[in-house]
Amino acid sequence: MRYIVCIKQVPETTDVKINPATNTLMRDGVVSIINPFDMYAIEEGLRLKALHGGTVTVLSMGPPQAETALREAIAMGADDGILVSDRAFAGSDTWATSYTLAMAIRKIGNYDLIICGKQASDGDTAQVGPGIAVHLDLPQITYVRKIETLDDKNIVAERLMENGYEVIQSPLPCVLTVVKEINEPRLPSLKGKMAAKKALIPTWKAADLNCDPKCLGLDGSPTKVVKIFTPAPRKGGQIFQGEPEEFIPQLVAKMKDAILGAAQ
Amino acid sequence: MSDPIKIKDNCVFCGACFKACPFGAITQAERKTAPVIDLQKCTLCGACVVACKFDAIWMKEKASTGIDLKAFKDVWVFAEQHEGEIQSITFELLGEGRKLADSLGMKLCAVMLGSNIQDKAQALISRGADKVYMVDRPELVHFQDESYGNVLIELVNRHKPNVFLCGASTIGRSLVSRVAVKVNAGLTADCTELAIDPKTLNLLQTRPAFGGNIMATIETPSSRPQMATVRHKVMKEAIVNPALKGEISLETIAEVLLQSKAHRLKFVPEVESTMNIAEANIIVAGGRGLQSVENFSLLRKLADVLGAGVGASRAAVDSNWIPYSHQVGQTGKTVCPKIYFAVGISGQIQHLAGMQSSDIIIAINKDPDAPIFKVATYGIVGDLFKIVPQLTAEFKKVLGK
Repeated sequence: MRYIVCIKQVPETTDVKINPATNTLMRDGVVSIINPFDMYAIEEGLRLKALHGGTVTVLSMGPPQAETALREAIAMGADDGILVSDRAFAGSDTWATSYTLAMAIRKIGNYDLIICGKQASDGDTAQVGPGIAVHLDLPQITYVRKIETLDDKNIVAERLMENGYEVIQSPLPCVLTVVKEINEPRLPSLKGKMAAKKALIPTWKAADLNCDPKCLGLDGSPTKVVKIFTPAPRKGGQIFQGEPEEFIPQLVAKMKDAILGAAQ
Repeated sequence: MSDPIKIKDNCVFCGACFKACPFGAITQAERKTAPVIDLQKCTLCGACVVACKFDAIWMKEKASTGIDLKAFKDVWVFAEQHEGEIQSITFELLGEGRKLADSLGMKLCAVMLGSNIQDKAQALISRGADKVYMVDRPELVHFQDESYGNVLIELVNRHKPNVFLCGASTIGRSLVSRVAVKVNAGLTADCTELAIDPKTLNLLQTRPAFGGNIMATIETPSSRPQMATVRHKVMKEAIVNPALKGEISLETIAEVLLQSKAHRLKFVPEVESTMNIAEANIIVAGGRGLQSVENFSLLRKLADVLGAGVGASRAAVDSNWIPYSHQVGQTGKTVCPKIYFAVGISGQIQHLAGMQSSDIIIAINKDPDAPIFKVATYGIVGDLFKIVPQLTAEFKKVLGK
């Protein structure tokens, strides 16, 4: 079995602060981490490897510093990492990103399962996993909360829906996107950290992928950002404290119309 | 390769570009020196180009796609149904779609896939659809990514819609991601605002990113359809008008497109949940401050009186007080109800990212410095174990329940 886990390096959003003078995100000194949902994808790859054998390859597309994220995944136990990085990829939206990753996966070859996090915490689109599936003409199971069975030919997994879950069977190879409920990511081991230090991580450029240059970066991206702005910060409102007997009727009276309006 | 973005000689060093850059990729060593773009950090988002008042930033133009944009007509809405029941998001999309169709002078069309669904067309027409495309096949009785995707791809290629809207539900996000890639369309996820640019007639799609810390307006200038998923509860539902008339088009689809490699073995409804929180108008959410699973019953009582859904912070879900499907926040769901009660939730940024666009936020917390109070419309500082039961009793009285 070969598991390919796609990961993205994102800013640790807890640290995202808005510069009040310029009203922009302050990214200086913001720590970069592996996208939280991708941690569950890595863990699931490692868990499946422990149960069924095989290798776990982590793949990331991003700037050169995204190599750190791949090393972190190797420290957790992934066998190897590949970075896909080229200025030709700048300006990629989810169409071009999923195309580029799909071409890299094709180059890796011999894969059985491609595992992605449900979505990235910076873009929140949840489009790249299904995009990879379509570019490779593969079935997909999104929002996976549990893998029930896996054998040489098939996977049975539970997909989290808004009102319950579905049990889905798919032939391999298949693309999964996973939610938090699926597992508890492990911490890196000492042995893993050593391996991560020593690991050779190849960087694949556009020329290394058998791809159509028109489908990369800006040219391969149908969407275009025309404006970026910070929403007006929400202001704190009225604070009630003291004896609940006094302020609760007051608050409830204020809320009554809103509640009745919302109930319609 | 030459640089894809450059600061030209007519730069006056005003600094507008580095203030506009959301990625910190532009630096200006000191005033009166030209700013420098760090190409490793730059994502070519174009925010600086828009911000520059002097037309002093050159960015590579996207290559032309050669597509005849005029061939694409009408505004389509994907009508999501579960077991034949049209989901409320569909009516919200029809409400918004009507406005867009009118601005474009185009028809509003609904697309519905399913089995034995033909009696549902009228419900879509009475909410404003001028035309309903239906594919009624036993193979489509419930959602499957591949067959639903294949059918929509075929319909898009056959009828060439200009705009294609879909709910940002689990199904919607999984489904249209496949369609957009296959038909080479741009897709913007989780939009909270849509409009038509009066000059270019492009669809302006505004969405939050970075957990709602920034908003981005996105357009798809040179490909069609312009696809977007739209968050629940952001757009107003179309009002029912039984007098409205519309056309119904039953579409035939080749057998091969109805096949799916992956297939559903079964569906297991969640026992506990009575309401999908993404669709709830009111949410009562609890966090660490509730201290135990038993205390969640306090919230459920309040939720019952208000007809609300029950949400939770990550801390409450991680303590196994409530299933993960109720988690609000960055690693859970993003919700936008009319009223959100945050009970015993401190308001970590990850939680705020999932709920701060709610219309009214009521926070109950014993710590007056809890960050949740910074976003709360009404903040109650005090002991939730005293306050919640009193609040429940008072609402019960006032609402006459």
